[in-house]
Amino acid sequence: MATTDVIYGINGPVVTVKNTRSFSMMEMVYVGSSRLVGEIIGINDKLTTIQVYEETTGLRPGDPVYGTGTPMNVLLGPGIIDNIFDGIERPLKAIEETSGSFISRGSQVSSLDTDRYWNVRIKVKAGDMLSPGMIYATCPETAIIEHRMMVPPGLSGKVVSTEPNGKYRLMDTIVTLEDESGEKHELSLCQKWPIKTARPCKTRLPATVPLITGQRVIDTMFPISKGGTAAIPGGFGTGKTMTQHQLAKWCDADIIVYVGCGERGNEMSQVLDEFSELIDPKSGRPMTDRTVLIANTSNMPVAAREASIYTGLTLAEYYRDMGYHVAIMADSTSRWAEALREISGRLEEMPAEEGFPAYLPSRLSQFYERAGRVETLCGSEGSVTIIGAVSPQGSDFSEPVTQNTKRFTRCFWALDKSLAYARHYPAINWMDSYSEYFTDLDPWFRDNLGEDFIRYRNKITAILHEESSLMEIVKLIGSDVLPDDQKLIIETAKAIRVGFLQQNAFHSDDTFVPLEKQKLMMKAILHLYSKAQHIIAAAIPISRIEELGLFESLAKMKYDIPNSKPELFDKLIADIDTALGTLTN
Amino acid sequence: MILDYVGVKEINGSLIVLDDVDNASNEEMVDIRLENGTYRHGRIVQIEGKRVVIQVFEGTNSISLDNTRTRLKAHPMELSLAPEIMGRVFNGVGTPIDGLGPVYAKKKADVNGTPMNPVSRIYPRNYINTGISTIDTLTTLIRGQKLPIFSGSGMKHNELAVQLVRQAKISDGEDNRFGIVFAAMGVKNDVADYFRRSFDESGVLSRVVMFLNLANDPIIERTLTPRCALTAAEYLAFECNMHVLVIMTDMTSYAEALREFSSSKGEIPGRKGFPGYLYSDLASLYERAGMVKGSKGSVTQIPILTMPNDDITHPVPDLTGYITEGQIVLDRQLEGQGFYPPVSVLPSLSRLMKDGIGEGYTRADHQPLANQLFAAYARVQDARSLASVIGEEELSPVDKKYMQFGKLFEQYFVNQGFGENRTIEQSLDLGWKLLSTLPRSELDRVDDKLLDMYYITDPEQLVFDTMDTGSSDNS
Repeated sequence: MATTDVIYGINGPVVTVKNTRSFSMMEMVYVGSSRLVGEIIGINDKLTTIQVYEETTGLRPGDPVYGTGTPMNVLLGPGIIDNIFDGIERPLKAIEETSGSFISRGSQVSSLDTDRYWNVRIKVKAGDMLSPGMIYATCPETAIIEHRMMVPPGLSGKVVSTEPNGKYRLMDTIVTLEDESGEKHELSLCQKWPIKTARPCKTRLPATVPLITGQRVIDTMFPISKGGTAAIPGGFGTGKTMTQHQLAKWCDADIIVYVGCGERGNEMSQVLDEFSELIDPKSGRPMTDRTVLIANTSNMPVAAREASIYTGLTLAEYYRDMGYHVAIMADSTSRWAEALREISGRLEEMPAEEGFPAYLPSRLSQFYERAGRVETLCGSEGSVTIIGAVSPQGSDFSEPVTQNTKRFTRCFWALDKSLAYARHYPAINWMDSYSEYFTDLDPWFRDNLGEDFIRYRNKITAILHEESSLMEIVKLIGSDVLPDDQKLIIETAKAIRVGFLQQNAFHSDDTFVPLEKQKLMMKAILHLYSKAQHIIAAAIPISRIEELGLFESLAKMKYDIPNSKPELFDKLIADIDTALGTLTN
Repeated sequence: MILDYVGVKEINGSLIVLDDVDNASNEEMVDIRLENGTYRHGRIVQIEGKRVVIQVFEGTNSISLDNTRTRLKAHPMELSLAPEIMGRVFNGVGTPIDGLGPVYAKKKADVNGTPMNPVSRIYPRNYINTGISTIDTLTTLIRGQKLPIFSGSGMKHNELAVQLVRQAKISDGEDNRFGIVFAAMGVKNDVADYFRRSFDESGVLSRVVMFLNLANDPIIERTLTPRCALTAAEYLAFECNMHVLVIMTDMTSYAEALREFSSSKGEIPGRKGFPGYLYSDLASLYERAGMVKGSKGSVTQIPILTMPNDDITHPVPDLTGYITEGQIVLDRQLEGQGFYPPVSVLPSLSRLMKDGIGEGYTRADHQPLANQLFAAYARVQDARSLASVIGEEELSPVDKKYMQFGKLFEQYFVNQGFGENRTIEQSLDLGWKLLSTLPRSELDRVDDKLLDMYYITDPEQLVFDTMDTGSSDNS
């Protein structure tokens, strides 16, 4: 396109062009002679407004603006996994090679490595009819992930020719397709997709399979389904990032997309360090073999921060379409919302609540609605689970981002400052949190873990609620005046809190706990509780039970009983019986 | 071709507007010459065709619509850098004010810096021994970290910062490559003087670079002060391979300067009138801490901020807490009881601590001990609130133990002398001694093996005296 379009005004990351009709809404453009990436966000007959994804220092009126004719899109193909990108899918490792430790502007590097050869197996032959989403070739992307090349949505036809199996680069044509009108399309190893459009699927499936995380408070108390949405709100220092890291490490999704949106640089380097050292217990391979990182740290340009969430989501959907279960961790969605507010302010839009633009709720809902468990176009099952951290201003959950997120997510894991102060991690408050997936997931738990699991969970929840109301009294008059049966509830609740809900992420066994062990832990706690109830009913004071040290052994069972030896729980329960037996005899 | 533009179109606060300007570029520097021959400096902040908005650093006093000549300098705001900046004193925009003449620049760098590539960062793991029990044990400072001090007006944050500077020691003994960059933003004259004197007394003055924007200096300069300081710090760290500790005080004044500037630009305000981009702006400062591959140096930041009305949910401490890797919170009540440093242990946190302590760094029992101290002290707060309702006498025996633990903890662990430098072993052992005043069954965050090693059963040894508050004053 001719470069008759030039910059007129500059205000922070917002650039305007006067009197032009050559751009369309959301089109990706290059700004200035160093070709900074930007996007068209507003058009009227006088002014076209561009948000630039890089620092605008040094731009001047009269510098050229180049259109690309396509919306902001990402390149999808093998090489995404085990990579780290910035908010607009530029590979940070490649940028480091070209521009050193500090990111310079206008870096022109391809998103994916175009020189690398992939070991491709062709899955179709000449004469086959292909429809959108069908797999025409595969290649091993990492040791555990097979990359499946799919016909892009909107394209179908007959295979005219294929290349033989062998080694190909990203842009090499491997299959040629002829559509109904006789036009030929060359299919390579990659495709492009606009980040703000959801990729299509055949049907959405109900949320009936849990995402197993190995975190007791989540799996047992507030479970999330595959394809579900969850929000983790919490003030600073309450452990949002730690919780997200734990989920990224241990949840049973096939692929993790970790979006560091406006967060700390040192945290991203920690993720890089840790994930390459950690071995996934299921595959025996480093965690990085199933992880994509998107790092847009808080000092990187604000407009790219807004895009990073969509980039991550599009990558996740792409792998979902191949038939994988993908979980996306967005840390933190508040920074994304603030990026919206910042850009909205530059555009001088009318602000709604706390300066946030009026379209904040609709953007949030569009984002979370891209989650789901689906039947893909090629007929397999895949899912995208979204887990978004929320950083409420001043730890106040009534602020707009938290409130609106609450409306569009079905799990709410509220992090609590006072728990975090006492170093009770994960600091998920069991009174304020909720999960709407209970009823959807109950059949699964029933089939896989038996009726008992749900019964135990309900009992545990009931005890915690009872404790909370008793604590109101204790706060006023102290625990000494309570009758023994209520003291027992307080002691049991303490064992639940310390022994069950609190989980040590740095302990080799406790960092991930299988569902079976979670169930047995609950069983042990409730066993002691019901036995002790009988003893107290027989007018034996609770202090004598406390002296036996049973509650302490419950608090330490998470360390004492290894994950691999659930049979030790039988011994624990037998020990409880013998110890209590000495009281009644 | 360099052109002078005569006169201005509009003046609003610290902003002036020029018309018919050709070839202006965003963030470009300008010189403004007044009729009386004095110069002011400014920066372009917004361009709309030929209309250009300029921010004047020294303020717009006595500028009229036609008594100025403005010249575009064709480069963004830059700082002259050379290893010789050590020991020098600059104003808020990097002009020397110590009368020793200009810096002969080896390099000029844009004060805005460029974002560090997350892939190039080295994850910080080396701890800095500060000799202060609460910080070393419970909120360990790590080299390359940004750990702010949340304080309030009138509290002893300056003393704490000075003690940190004086005592900070890196475990591997590379002290000769240690430097300090001090940025004062809107602080009082005597505070800046206190810092200068303290640096002098402890013999580090020749290793300090000072950027001073005092309370009565122009606010636009204030918005550039931390940027200049961090540019100098990055230069010393990444090009001269030094370990640089950056102390920035007071971040609240900085944010208020930003608010003043933003409102004069007519921007839409966010919370408490601060601009919507306050988070991004603060992040662009704090994120300049760290270490990069290929350089032996590091930038460690200790920003100090005073919480207006001691309110930790005020936007400045709130957003700072979201960006920095933890915080050290000072407490007025502890200060009132005469304890120094008045570190409020529970809300204080160091996020990088977990990977820089333990076996091979400090001692294997460090993390479990810290967890147990936090848990126990949290329990003390519950006992205290209960005692305030029903009276201390009515508490259960365990709660009474906690009350006693709380008192001892504050008096002997939190409290320490201004000149007292405790080793990490002293601090950790003191922690165990304090925990031993509680029944062993209460210590549920540590495993039995550690308890066997460290739990003191002999009541004779549980006597606390002045030995523990440090008569070993070595200042």
